[in-house]
Amino acid sequence: MTALEVIGKLLGCLVVFLTVPLLVGQLEHKVMAHMQSRLGPMYAGGFHGWAQLVADGVKFVQKESVVPARADRRVFELAPLVALLPYLFVLIAIPVAPGHSAHDLSVGVFFALAVVSVGVIGVLMAGWASANKYSLLGGLRAGAQLMAYELPLVLAAASVAMAAGTLSLDGIAHAWHWWWLPYQGVGLFVFFVAALAELRRPPFDMPLADSEIVFGPFTEYTGLRFGLFILAEYAGIVVFSALTAVLFLGGWKGPFLETGLGWLWLLIKTFLLSFVVIWLRVSYPRLREDQLQKFAWAGLVPLALAQVALTGVVRVATA
Amino acid sequence: MTGADVVFGLLGIVCLAAALLVVTARNVIHAALWLVVCFGALAGCYLVLTAEFVAWVQVLIYIGAVVVLMLFGAMLTRAPIGRQQPLDSTNRPVAALAGLATAGILVTLVVASFKGAYVDIHHTEVGDGRVLGTAVFRYFVLAFEVASVLLLAALVGAIVLTRSDRD
Repeated sequence: MTALEVIGKLLGCLVVFLTVPLLVGQLEHKVMAHMQSRLGPMYAGGFHGWAQLVADGVKFVQKESVVPARADRRVFELAPLVALLPYLFVLIAIPVAPGHSAHDLSVGVFFALAVVSVGVIGVLMAGWASANKYSLLGGLRAGAQLMAYELPLVLAAASVAMAAGTLSLDGIAHAWHWWWLPYQGVGLFVFFVAALAELRRPPFDMPLADSEIVFGPFTEYTGLRFGLFILAEYAGIVVFSALTAVLFLGGWKGPFLETGLGWLWLLIKTFLLSFVVIWLRVSYPRLREDQLQKFAWAGLVPLALAQVALTGVVRVATA
Repeated sequence: MTGADVVFGLLGIVCLAAALLVVTARNVIHAALWLVVCFGALAGCYLVLTAEFVAWVQVLIYIGAVVVLMLFGAMLTRAPIGRQQPLDSTNRPVAALAGLATAGILVTLVVASFKGAYVDIHHTEVGDGRVLGTAVFRYFVLAFEVASVLLLAALVGAIVLTRSDRD
C-alpha cells in the first residue's frame, strides 16, 4: 500500500464522515415530518428543502460561542471534539467491499467498540465543565446509561465474533449467511437497542430529556460547539448502523454484484437501519431512569448471555 | 535505536507525565481526565509492542468503563459544579508509604521476571485475538480461572454490601 493510497482512503473516510451524517439528518427532518403529518423543511435550496442542514450549519457557524463564566474553560472547549472524533476513527475500520476498508484490523470488532466508548468521556466532560446543574444531571444520567448498555453491546458483538470465528470486521462479513438472521437474531436486537442507548437516542434520551433538564450536558453550548455535538449524534447513528449492518446483516453482501457494488449494499443497509432509528424516535415515549436501568440489566444482559450460550453450543456441536 | 524505540519512549514520557498530573491535580475531575491520557498512552505502548488486542481492550475497559465509572462517582458524590476547593488529604504520609510499598513490590516483580527479556517486534507474531486466546486458554488456564473466581467473589461481595434486606 503506497502513501498516496493511504491518504486517498483517509480522505474518503473524511468525506463520508462529513456527508452521510448530514443525509441522515435531512432524512430525519423529512421522515419525522411525514410521520407526524407535516411537510418538514420545504424552502431551503428549493426542492423539498434539501439544503436545510447546510443552512443550519451556516447558522451554527455564525452564532456567538459563549463559555459560561464559572465553567472550566479548557475542559468545556475540548468536550465537543472528544465526543465527535471517535466516530471518525471508527469509520477507518469498516469494510466497504470484500477485503476493502481504510485499514483492516485483525481485532476490528474490539477496535470499533473501544474507540466508540471513548465518546462518552466528551459528554461527561461537557456535563461537568458547564457549571450548570441541568448539565451535571444530564452528564450523570449519560454516564449511568453508558455503563449499563456497554455490557450487552459487547456481549452481542462477542456472540457474532464467536459465530464467525474471527474478530476482523471483514472476516465476520465474509462468514455471514442468510440463516444467521434467525441464529443471531437476538444478538441483532440486543446490539441495535444497546447502540440506540449509547447514542442517547429516543426512547433512551433521558440524559437530554428536554422537558425536564433543558438539553442535559449540552445546555450551555452555543454556535459551532453545539453544532459539533449534533454532528456527533448523527455520525454516531451512521457508525452504529454501519456496524450493525457489518456484524449482523452481512455488510457488503447482497443478492448480486458483491465485489463491484459492495459499498452500495452496505450504504443501503446503513440507511435502512438509520431509518429504523428515526422511526423509533417518532414511535416510542421516553423511558424513565429506573425503567431504563431495569431494561438493560434485567432485559438485555440476560438475552445477550443467552445468545452467547446458544452460539457457543452451536459452535461446539458443529466443530 | 529504531523508530519503534523512539515512539515507545515518547509514549512512555507522555504516560509518566500524565500519571504525575493525576496525583498532583487539585481537582478530582481533572485527575480523572489526566488518567484518560495516561491510559491512552499506555494503549499506544501496547500497540508499539504489537500487542493489538491488549491495546484495544485497555481502551475499552479502562477508558471506556473504569474512568467513566470514576467520573460518574465523582460527579455523583461531590457534585463539584465549576471551581471547587482543592482536594487535600491529611493522611499524606500514609498514602505515600502505601504507594511506595506497592511500587516497590511491582518494580521488583517486573524486574525479576522480565530482566533482559527482549522482543524483536519485526520478527514476532502480532498479538491479535488468536495468539492471546491460545496463550490464555492453553497455557494460563489456571490463572484465568483463579482470576474469574476472584472477580465473581468481588461481584457477589459488592451485591451483599449494597443490598439492604431490612426494608
